[in-house]
Amino acid sequence: RAVSGRSPPPPAPTQGSPCGSASSKDSVEWEGRSLLKALVKKSALCGEQVHVLGCEVSEEEFREGFDSSINNRLVYHDLFRDPLSWSKPGKALPGGPLEALRALDKRTGSGPATIALDSLSWLLHHLPCPILCQTLHALSRQDSCPGDTLPGEQVRVLGLLHEELHGPGPLGALSSLAQTEVTLSGTMGQASAHILYRRPRQRPTLQTQWFSILPDFSLELQVEPLLESQPPSDLHTPSVDPTTHLTFNLHLSKKEREAKDSLTLPFQFSSEKQQALLRPGLGQATSHIFYEPDAYDDLDQEDPDDDLDV
Amino acid sequence: MFPELNNLLNTTPEGAEQGKLTLLCDAKTDGSFLVHHFLSFYLKANCKVCFVALVQSFSHYNMVGQKLGVSLTTARERGQLVVLEGLKSAVDIFFRPQEEPHPLQFLREANAGDLQPLYAFVRDALEPVDCGEAAWRCPVLLVDDLSVLLSLGVGPVAVLDFVHYCRATVCREWKGNVVALVHDSGDAEDEESDVLLNGLSHQSHLILRAEGLATGFCKDVHGQLRILWRRPLQPTTPRDRSLTYQYKIQDKSIFCCEPSSEPYSL
Repeated sequence: RAVSGRSPPPPAPTQGSPCGSASSKDSVEWEGRSLLKALVKKSALCGEQVHVLGCEVSEEEFREGFDSSINNRLVYHDLFRDPLSWSKPGKALPGGPLEALRALDKRTGSGPATIALDSLSWLLHHLPCPILCQTLHALSRQDSCPGDTLPGEQVRVLGLLHEELHGPGPLGALSSLAQTEVTLSGTMGQASAHILYRRPRQRPTLQTQWFSILPDFSLELQVEPLLESQPPSDLHTPSVDPTTHLTFNLHLSKKEREAKDSLTLPFQFSSEKQQALLRPGLGQATSHIFYEPDAYDDLDQEDPDDDLDV
Repeated sequence: MFPELNNLLNTTPEGAEQGKLTLLCDAKTDGSFLVHHFLSFYLKANCKVCFVALVQSFSHYNMVGQKLGVSLTTARERGQLVVLEGLKSAVDIFFRPQEEPHPLQFLREANAGDLQPLYAFVRDALEPVDCGEAAWRCPVLLVDDLSVLLSLGVGPVAVLDFVHYCRATVCREWKGNVVALVHDSGDAEDEESDVLLNGLSHQSHLILRAEGLATGFCKDVHGQLRILWRRPLQPTTPRDRSLTYQYKIQDKSIFCCEPSSEPYSL
């Protein structure tokens, strides 16, 4: 579902747009219906007929904000009111969602047309993924080579997808069908679109475009907003030495360092230390052990360390 | 109702908006105070209310409602309030003939299908009738809560379809409102709950999210309330139209203030 040729944002109108499909991925925080309506408006202003398969909002709500010139070119296929035939008398489109989707193919016979699916998420929840993918593939007429289709038969398919509602499998399958994928996000109240173009025989390209949508659903491109919320960097703050005003000493004088280096650690055995321990010299205090044996003690006069070679 | 919440939402019973889906959500705390608020709010606004009460008994809601200034018993008697008491009728379903449709019909089925019978109940309860007397202001559906349906075996898509139909009929056709509570389990592995919450968020006009404090339980601050206005009519309405408040629930009122980094004193 990539609108190939016809530019999604940024728009640079091209001639002779081939068929293709585009998908627009949104989230709860950055909704995508406004962008979908802006793209629908662009198609309608180019003289194309636009077919909208509306599953999530009513026809009145979708048409809101469009003037009559656009509304006249917009055909709304209402899957919102009674998609599952629960109402009596039924207001459902005959055949349910799948037939409604397939019927779009037949309706766009004459002249270039745009099909907008609002939304792919709803269709994915109610149709098996493979069937949906096959139907979308047929809808965007990707089987035919660009040269075969007459300019009058070109069909662009736009789909709105709510990213958080699906697992990686269906998302990947739908992504592979789309020639252009637009993922919406933003920062500080400013919306951005990350656009992935997949052109045949070319490397995919990724581009980010900041935009806003005006009340009449015109698309306005914007430059990247400055990150004003970041605090200014501390270039002018003099560096403070954290070792001043301490209650303990972090530095060693030369004499202290020498004394430290020459100190022998208690369990570091050198031969001098070993000798000093074995033969206490004159003047060194010797320790005496006074032992009063109990009645139960079994005194063994043998030296247990006799066999040690110390 | 809590007048303080009305101030935050910039609404009054007399001037309540119509045709809206409001999503109530709670994470790591109990968001049922929002249900009680909206129940009493719409009864005071003279709306016809259909209350799908799956979590507590009628007497519980009545007791809390009286503290907030409404009598559910009186409202039910004069036809303003229709209540589906889930705890009671879930048992009834096993003792009545199978041919008679029941709103909680899915409990009888081996694999819980769709919620069409529940939708039919709501539709019949709220359908505007042309009788000579003064009509109610607008129909309102209140559900406490939708996560219970998930735990009863209904799939998230079936619940989304039910809300879709309620939105199409109650909000769009009859210009009424739908308010529903759903729990955010916070469990990354609970995909069904995530799909339900995100799917409802996309459909909603207004989202009220009650969250427990990240630092844990606090005596003076019961939680944080985030209010997110979605689906603005004008695309240029600032997208970050969301507000965050900390709240403390008292017996008949709620105290809200903006979160601050100062040591808390209420």
